[in-house]
Formats: sequence, structure tokens, C-alpha cells
Amino acid sequence: MDRAHTSSEPDTATDTGKPQSVFHRTSGDVPTQLPPLGPEMAPMWPPKRDLAMTLLFGIVVYTMPLWLQPFGAAYPDLMQRFAIYGIFAIGFNILFGLTGYLSFGHAAFLGVGSYTAVWSFKLLSLNVIPAIVCSTLMAGVFAVLIGYVSLRRSGIYFSILTLAFAQMCYNLAYSVLTPITNGETGLRVLSDDPRVVDSLFGTADMAVPRASIFGIEMAGMAGFWTCATCLMIAFIVALRITRSPFGMMLRGIKSNQTRMSYIGFNTRPYMLTAFVISGMYAGLAGGLLAVVDPLAGAERMQWTASGEVVLMTILGGAGTLIGPFIGAVIIKYFENIFSSLGDSALMDAFSFIPPAIEKWVVFAVSPFVGEGWHLTLGVLFMIVVIFLPGGLIEGFRRIGRLFRKGR
Amino acid sequence: MDAILLQILNGLDKGGAYALIALGLTLTFGTLGVVNFAHGALFMLGAFCVVGVQQLLTLAERVRDPSITFFEAYIEQPYLVSWFGDTGAMIIDWVIPISLLLAIPIMLLVGIVMERGLIRFFYKRPHAEQILVTFGLAIVLAEIIKGWFGANPIPVQPPEIVRGSADIAAWFGLDANLSYPWWRLIYLAASLLIIASVFAFLNLTTYGMVVRAGMADRETVQLLGINIQRRFTIVFGLAAVVAGLAGALYTGIQPPNYNIGMEFLVLSFVVVVVGGMGSLPGAVAAGFLLGMLQSFASLNEVKSLLPGIDQVIIYLVAVVVLLTRPRGLMGRKGVMEA
Repeated sequence: MDRAHTSSEPDTATDTGKPQSVFHRTSGDVPTQLPPLGPEMAPMWPPKRDLAMTLLFGIVVYTMPLWLQPFGAAYPDLMQRFAIYGIFAIGFNILFGLTGYLSFGHAAFLGVGSYTAVWSFKLLSLNVIPAIVCSTLMAGVFAVLIGYVSLRRSGIYFSILTLAFAQMCYNLAYSVLTPITNGETGLRVLSDDPRVVDSLFGTADMAVPRASIFGIEMAGMAGFWTCATCLMIAFIVALRITRSPFGMMLRGIKSNQTRMSYIGFNTRPYMLTAFVISGMYAGLAGGLLAVVDPLAGAERMQWTASGEVVLMTILGGAGTLIGPFIGAVIIKYFENIFSSLGDSALMDAFSFIPPAIEKWVVFAVSPFVGEGWHLTLGVLFMIVVIFLPGGLIEGFRRIGRLFRKGR
Repeated sequence: MDAILLQILNGLDKGGAYALIALGLTLTFGTLGVVNFAHGALFMLGAFCVVGVQQLLTLAERVRDPSITFFEAYIEQPYLVSWFGDTGAMIIDWVIPISLLLAIPIMLLVGIVMERGLIRFFYKRPHAEQILVTFGLAIVLAEIIKGWFGANPIPVQPPEIVRGSADIAAWFGLDANLSYPWWRLIYLAASLLIIASVFAFLNLTTYGMVVRAGMADRETVQLLGINIQRRFTIVFGLAAVVAGLAGALYTGIQPPNYNIGMEFLVLSFVVVVVGGMGSLPGAVAAGFLLGMLQSFASLNEVKSLLPGIDQVIIYLVAVVVLLTRPRGLMGRKGVMEA
């Protein structure tokens, strides 16, 4: 794919229903009516660097069991969460990071994905692949419906509309839709479910039904490898989207939507496509959540879950490719590891300080760990928003620049 | 008939709470142009003013229990009771009204500190960042309260004489069986009073007139030599007071926990958007409208007709209003239009 961010023929607006059609451009066109690059329009990176970034990301993801060892986080359950919420955040970033539309209802797609995956386990097969395909598609359908309505408004109105839809899904899942969602108990896979496809192959009888890929059960590390592979695919797709002319279009919408429409682009189909892609990412993440633990509950749809993915994306760096994943890892790490630190662990950590001072240090730090991990998260988040609007990635970049200057 | 009257009361009551919170929220929009996601946290802080005052008043000492004579038995007796006897017990009983008085200066201070310390740096930033930083602030405030008061709801009782139910049917000589908790009636009355006083402040005083002028055209007011920023800071404090009072009063209805602000935040945003950003009458009208609709949607007859409607009615109304009237019911032109 060429990186033709220079040409923007007005006639592409005529078939905006299929944004893929603008992917094929001839490179070397003379720049014509291009909106001036805003500050958030990072220059295109050469493909070599993209490849290097993909490789690096792949190495980081697949060696998680090794390098997370010293942090005490190298167990499959947590690493799966890193990967799954990484997908969720990367998908959210396609909407928020590229177009600037802040959705406060993305958790609805996560929940829909989870429910669909569990239903696929119940009705079709315990195989993972149909489950995640179904959940992605189902979330896509929901995203088309919700996005079509919500995208009629922008700014805070868009946020409130998505929030309203998500809360509707959540409330309905708890009350009227109990036959589908099993209400508060949560939807789970039972041993006497029909599982049509499995029974065709005579593999339906299982004492404890677990998701599997062609016989490999999704327990322990197998679950992590599956999630990591999905994360890699999701990352590469997100990278291609960001680098494509379609991605440029989305960033153009972020910097100046009015100007985009003056140039002759009908922005809404692009927005809807971005929204649906991002919803499908959330659906995939939800499906994977059900894969590693075949139980779906409505609390995944609550607006706090939507808020969480916003936190992840902003914390890491909205609009960047790696940032959302970093944010997801940090927040999930906090939630699972940091929250279990007690005073004794602190005493160990600060044992190098003289005992008299150590007591005070532990006293000062203890509200921030253990039960109070949310406090640390809130403070960290505020600091990032106030001083580093570009997220931690921007922080790293600034540090990098500092070093380069120093040389 | 009874059921309908009861639902009207319920709706008014819910509407009062929604209207109060939305009023404060929309004051912030209208004056400072800031989307304050920490407004729910201010509600929660108001509620915990009451809890704090209650804990202060009921500081207890151990005294011998005179009613048990067989062995040495001790009971916890609040100092106030030991010092002042029945008067002390009455003070403890009236904890909510007393803390309402205290909540006003506290919340004013909290609001002003918040505006000067954080919000003012975000006037020029995009709305998304305002939402995010106040969202972070809301988390921090909730966690501080959780760290101090614990995660469990803390029961607070309204004064003894208004703890029961009022027999409303008897007031009007109706032959219906209609009784309603006193405290909820008081909540409704108080919310109406607070709403009225906010409107009186803005519409009948010179100070309020200048604030309204600033809302309409900030630059011109500044050119006239008025420090509109300071007035807006005060108005932010006022919004905090309104939210805090709503929260403090609400403790008599629902025992507060640290999360109560978040629960109300979403609803109050929906109310504000339905009413129209920056429109004070709109926020109040939408608050009562949504409260009413919600309580009627939870009637059994309605629920059997449209299952689940009670769960989604508010959001459904919000979606419909936003799609048909983009500025909400009474929104002004040009407010919060990105």
C-alpha cells in the first residue's frame, strides 16, 4: 500500500460507502487540496520503521512470560487480560485517537461480544474460532446500529448518546433480556448444551466444557498464546488502518471536520466505518474474555467499564499505536498486582531506608497501594492529562528528545 | 388512582434530585464552559459532610451502664449526651439539618479551590480533556472518601419527628390510602427552595445580572471593567454548594457510600443534555420531566405493556431528544457545539 497522503481527489467522496476504494492511489501525485497538517498529524513513517515496530511489538508480546517474571505478573490469567484489554484499547483508539470522537459506551460492544461468544459455545461448538468470529461480527452489527444514530451528533452529545445506548444495553441485560443474558448470574457454558457442530463430530460429551482450538484446551498458557496472536493481528490491522489514506481521512476529521467536508468529503461514512471497526475490536476482546473464562456478565457493559478503556487509551497515549496497549497493561497490572500489595510488602520494598524514616515512608505510601490502587490510578491519570496530554508515549518521546539534545 | 398519585409524588421527588444536580452542572457549563465530570463527586462530598458531622457529634466515651447492676457493664455514650443531656441527644438527632448549614461554606470552599486549583487551567483545552481530567478528579475524590470512611454505606437518620410517613390523603380530605415518607417530602420542598433561590440570585440581584451578562457575552462584560472571572469562580462555588446540598439532603433517603456520586453523574449528564446545555430552566424542567417519566414507567401496567421500559426510559428519552432537538429542550444556540 502506498502512503499517498499527498493526493486527495475530490471524486473519492462519491463512493464513500466503501472507504477501501481510496486505498489504491498512484503515488507521486502533485499535492492538490490537502488540509494543512495539524499538530496531531504525525508525519508518515517509512514502511521499514513500521515493520521494525511490528517486529518489536511482536517480540514484546510473545516474550511477556519472560520479561513480566520480575514484576510478578507472568501468570497466564493476567497476561491474557493484558492482551485482551490491549485489543480493546487499540480498537478504542481507532475511534478516539484518530477521529477525536470520545465514546463513553464502548463497553456495550465488549459485553455483546462476550454474550455472543458464550452463545456460540453453547449452540455451535466449543471451538474458539467460530466464537470470536461471531462475537466480532455481532459487535459490528451493534456498532452499525448505535453508530448510525450516535454519529449524527458530535462532541459531548456524541459521548452522551453512546453512553445512553450502553446504559440501555446494560440495564436491559440485567432485566428484560434475562432469557438471553441470564441476568445477574451471568451466562455460562453447561455440559448439556446442544453444541450442534460438536455433536456432529461426536466430541460434544465433556465433563467440564472448556473452549478449545481443535482439541487444544484454552487453559493456562494456551489461552495466552491465543490472545497474544489475536493481539498481534489486531495490532497489524490497526497499523495498516492508521497508515492508510483512510486513516489519514480520519485524522483529517479530527483536526478539522468542517474543512474536510468543504474539500468534498462526506465524513459520516468514514466516521461510521471507524466506529464499526472500533466496535468490532471491542467485540473481539469481549469474545476472547469469554474464551479464557466462559462466563459472561452484564457488569462488563457498565459505563465504568467504558470509562476504563478511556483511561487506558489516554494514559498510554491516544492517537499512538503502542500507547493504548501500554495503558491497558498498566491499568490491569495495577488492578491485579498493585492492589494486592500490603504493608508488609511495602516494608520489604523500603527495607533499605533506615527504620525510623521507613515507618513514615510506609505510612505515606500505604494509602496508594493495596485497596487504594484506584487512588494511584486517578492521580496518575490526572497528572498525565494535565502535563502530558499525549499520554505516556509522549513522555517517553520527550525523554528521548532530551537525551538526543544532550548528546 | 392511589398508584398514580403516588407515582406523581415519586416522580416529583426523583425529579427534584435530578433537577438539583443538573442545575449545578449546567451552571458550570453556562458560565465557565467546562464539562465537569467531578460534579457527581461534589454531590458525594456533600453527603459525606453529613457523615463527617455525624461522626464528630457522636464521638463517644465509655460510661457505666446504670441499667445493669449485676456486673460492671459499659456503654458508649456520646460526649454531647454526657455534657448536655437531652439537648445533646437532640443535637445528634438533628444531624442532617445542622450539617446542611455547615455544608454550605465547606462546599463553597471546595468549589472555589477546585476551580482555582485545577479547572481554570483547562478553559482553553478541548472538552475531551476537561472531561478526562475531571473524571480523574472524581476517581481521586471518591477514593479519598473511601479511604477515610470505608467502602460501606453509612446510615444517617433524619430527625426523629420526620422519620415516619405523612398521611397526605388526609390533608386533602381524600378517601385514598396515600402516605409518603416525610423526609422525601422535605427533600422535594428543599430542592424547590434551592432551585428558587438560585434563580432568584441570578435574576433578582445585580451580581446575578452581571453573571448572566457574562454568560451571554463574556468579552463585552470584561471590556466594561468587570472581573467576570472572579464572579464565575464564585458561581462555580455556588454550583458546588447546590450539588453538595443535594447530596447532604439525600443522605436521609439513601445511606451514602463513596460511589454515590458516580451513580448520579451519568443521570445528571443525561438530564443536562436533555434540558439543553447551559440552560438553567431547561435543566430543571428536564429533571422533573425525566423523574416523572421514570416513575410512571415503573408502574406495573406500563411495564406489562412495554417490558423493560422502566430501565431504559431515561436514556431512550435522551436519545430521542438529542436526535430531534440537537440543543436539548431549551438549549441556547452556540453553547457546547463542537
